[in-house]
Amino acid sequence: MTLLGGATPRLHSTYREKVRTVNLIEVDVAIVGGGGAGLRAAIAAAEVDSGLKIALISKVYPMRSHTVAAEGGSAGVLQASDSLEDHFHDTVAGGDWLCDQDVVDYFVAHCTEEMMQLEHWGCPWSRKPDGHVNVRAFGGMKIERTWFAADKSGFHILHTLFQTSIKYPSIRRLDEYFCVDLIVEEGRCRGVVAIEIATGEFALVAAKAVIIATGGAGRVFLQNTNGGIVTGDGMALAFRHGVPLRDMEFMQYHPTCMPGTGLLFTEAGRGEGGILTNRDGYRYLQDYGLGPPDPWPRNKAMELGPRDRISQAFWHEERKGRTITTPHGAAVHLDLRQLGARKLRERLPQICELAEHFLGIDPAQRPIPVRPAVHYTMGGILVNIETASPLPGLFAAGECASAGIHGANRLGSNSLSELVVFGKMAGITAAAYARSVVAAPIATLERQAQDVERRILSLLVADGGSECPAVLRDEMAQSMEAGCGIYRLGTEMQATCDTIATLKERYRRLRLDDRSRVWNTEWLAVIELGYQLDVAEAIAHSAINRRESRGAHQRLDGLDARDDASFLKHTLAHYRPDGPPRIDYAPVTITRSPPGRRAYGAEGERIEQTGKEASHAV
Amino acid sequence: MPSDAAAGPASRDIVIEILRYRSETDQKPVPQAYRVPFTDDMSVLQGLQYIKDHLDGTLSFRWSCRMAICGSCGMMIGGEPKLACMTFLRDYYPGPLTVEPLKHFPIERDLVVTVGGFVKKIESIYPYLIPKTLRRLDEGEYLQTPSQLAQYEPFSDCINCMLCYAACPQFGENPDFIGPGAMALLQRYNGDSRDGAQAKRMEIVHADNGAWSCTAVGHCSDVCPKQVDPANAVNQNKTNSAVDFFLRFLRRPSDSPLGASDGGAP
Repeated sequence: MTLLGGATPRLHSTYREKVRTVNLIEVDVAIVGGGGAGLRAAIAAAEVDSGLKIALISKVYPMRSHTVAAEGGSAGVLQASDSLEDHFHDTVAGGDWLCDQDVVDYFVAHCTEEMMQLEHWGCPWSRKPDGHVNVRAFGGMKIERTWFAADKSGFHILHTLFQTSIKYPSIRRLDEYFCVDLIVEEGRCRGVVAIEIATGEFALVAAKAVIIATGGAGRVFLQNTNGGIVTGDGMALAFRHGVPLRDMEFMQYHPTCMPGTGLLFTEAGRGEGGILTNRDGYRYLQDYGLGPPDPWPRNKAMELGPRDRISQAFWHEERKGRTITTPHGAAVHLDLRQLGARKLRERLPQICELAEHFLGIDPAQRPIPVRPAVHYTMGGILVNIETASPLPGLFAAGECASAGIHGANRLGSNSLSELVVFGKMAGITAAAYARSVVAAPIATLERQAQDVERRILSLLVADGGSECPAVLRDEMAQSMEAGCGIYRLGTEMQATCDTIATLKERYRRLRLDDRSRVWNTEWLAVIELGYQLDVAEAIAHSAINRRESRGAHQRLDGLDARDDASFLKHTLAHYRPDGPPRIDYAPVTITRSPPGRRAYGAEGERIEQTGKEASHAV
Repeated sequence: MPSDAAAGPASRDIVIEILRYRSETDQKPVPQAYRVPFTDDMSVLQGLQYIKDHLDGTLSFRWSCRMAICGSCGMMIGGEPKLACMTFLRDYYPGPLTVEPLKHFPIERDLVVTVGGFVKKIESIYPYLIPKTLRRLDEGEYLQTPSQLAQYEPFSDCINCMLCYAACPQFGENPDFIGPGAMALLQRYNGDSRDGAQAKRMEIVHADNGAWSCTAVGHCSDVCPKQVDPANAVNQNKTNSAVDFFLRFLRRPSDSPLGASDGGAP
């Protein structure tokens, strides 16, 4: 049994006696996380085997999950002139060849049927005049293949899945249950322990299979687009039980976010024709290998380049002094005026609302100041193509997982598709696994659960600490931003590694204001901070050990080129209770796309043309 | 749960008076005042986060997305139901600003109210597509024109924040009233050209706690942060209910005209 964040706060003397039997809930499949992936997994498990008992455990009501905030849309080949082959190549090149190509093949082949499934479940996809589903352009995608519901695609997908899940009586929701540990018995995952937030009571959810679907970890950074709940819980839980976190150094900065809060202005704004300009009104992306600027709009060029490249271009503009100044730092302009008021209201209502309410800007009249902010965790829990982790009985899907489709940089609109394609896979695989194993003796699991309860309660009652949880959290986020940002230096990453180690030490001496049990959100935040520190440490150590530049991991200390000879491989971070993670590597699965030069704009078009001619010549 | 990045140098102070309630120690809810420095772009949510981080770690409230889409942070702000994330402290200067849990709901603690009853209502209205005609995935999508989409799309924008329930005098009197949010969701499916279960849902509309309990005050639509217009949903259901009730004398309920009125999948 591993310890929470390696920390052992001093036990309050009276608490050992107070621990009593935890509430027991016995199911076949326990799903942790009620966002898009968790809901899709629950539905798939219920459909494939209606006799299974399924628990859907979520620290928020499912419709609050962060899938709700995804805006632009979800990828799936739809047009006759599009092909799975093109979606495959866009994804693999977009990921700077760190994608597992067999998994990408499976992924692109199943996106469209899952988009169609959502349609059949009622998702209000935007339509063409003839009644067929419409698709829009997105960064790094060769052709329009992003299904969208205005600019609330994640919201509508989440609500469609949540409402559809209500049809299935075998899905038992445990809403506002906060997962604090996994139960692992004789080498198999056998359930989870969770706190019922409303009472502070502990529950043992004994299960034959567990699916983690807890989303990303973007809140370990300072400026981010993520909701407060995105704290890497499931990643840390799997990590502490020996499951490697893969490719954690690849954090995605989304280029168009609100300065200060980091709130997201969707890439669809550019997909619909919006442009980015610097303080001189100049479309600066043409200086960074994405031009020429015209004709516009043009797929895989300029503002429809991939997110890593566009965020990196901002970094250079800021250093050249060509950005504008806002009260919350440097910014550039996202100019949507050319879309016109009518199209803005129809296609981008959420963006208009955000600009108006939070910035007092009407995007039809004035450009919006934007800057990059952390948006997405490309890495995650190591799983195979069937979503199985190396720990038998433990599965993972969605942003928390590393199935292998995003590589070093995710393309926009691939993650919503991932939720449903691999959420479904997880539900089916976990259901079959659950049927294949016999339940573990409950008494053994209960003993473990009581140990977990005692340990988690010790955080609540520990005396003598002096450290404020919010201070530690902010220092962590500042340090991650400083050391693991858009461009990275070995010395700065080392400083971040050192800071995180110090923070983990200080975490042992926390002081809580709140010692109550009912809705004690300070206690929950402290447990989340423990998760975040472990995930942050995995990110920082994965980053400093990757001595090359690839995708979202860009170094300035003489390692500014991709190095396929040494680093065409996945990073694996292994948890160690008494120190930083151990880092090793695993091969990337390359099936038919050998690593090539990653280029966009005119250069990309030239390379593609040359490739076509070469293949014709063969 | 962590708060946002600090909002830069504070320019002014405002006193926020919060209704506190901790069931383990408090006999009844009591107000507690906090002095909070703020800048013009700070939301009430950021004010609450400031309190929790710097003044009093025991304050409990729900929040997540910070951008008015997750529906977590509904509360009474200055006496009105609002989302804390899109309500700004500058609008209440010089204060004091009162912040209380959403009206008409049981308080679990501080600004946290019980959501379960509302979710049960949502679950009760068959909140999923029950297709008029079954279609296999390989047959492609149900066709739906933009104007058919527009028939129900506004009702599908409900974020389940429950502000409309806090504004509804009828729900305040009768907690079993189905209420504006669930009625909007019901109309979201009944108005969907792909759906064929209107008759089934009309039973809920007709019932004692259904649409006819509404006294047509309309505050629900005034406070809706997403322009869902639940009052319109309730009104449509009253009309449909009246037509349906009348037609029951003429034909079987399963032949309800409501599904046919919007046209099916072309």
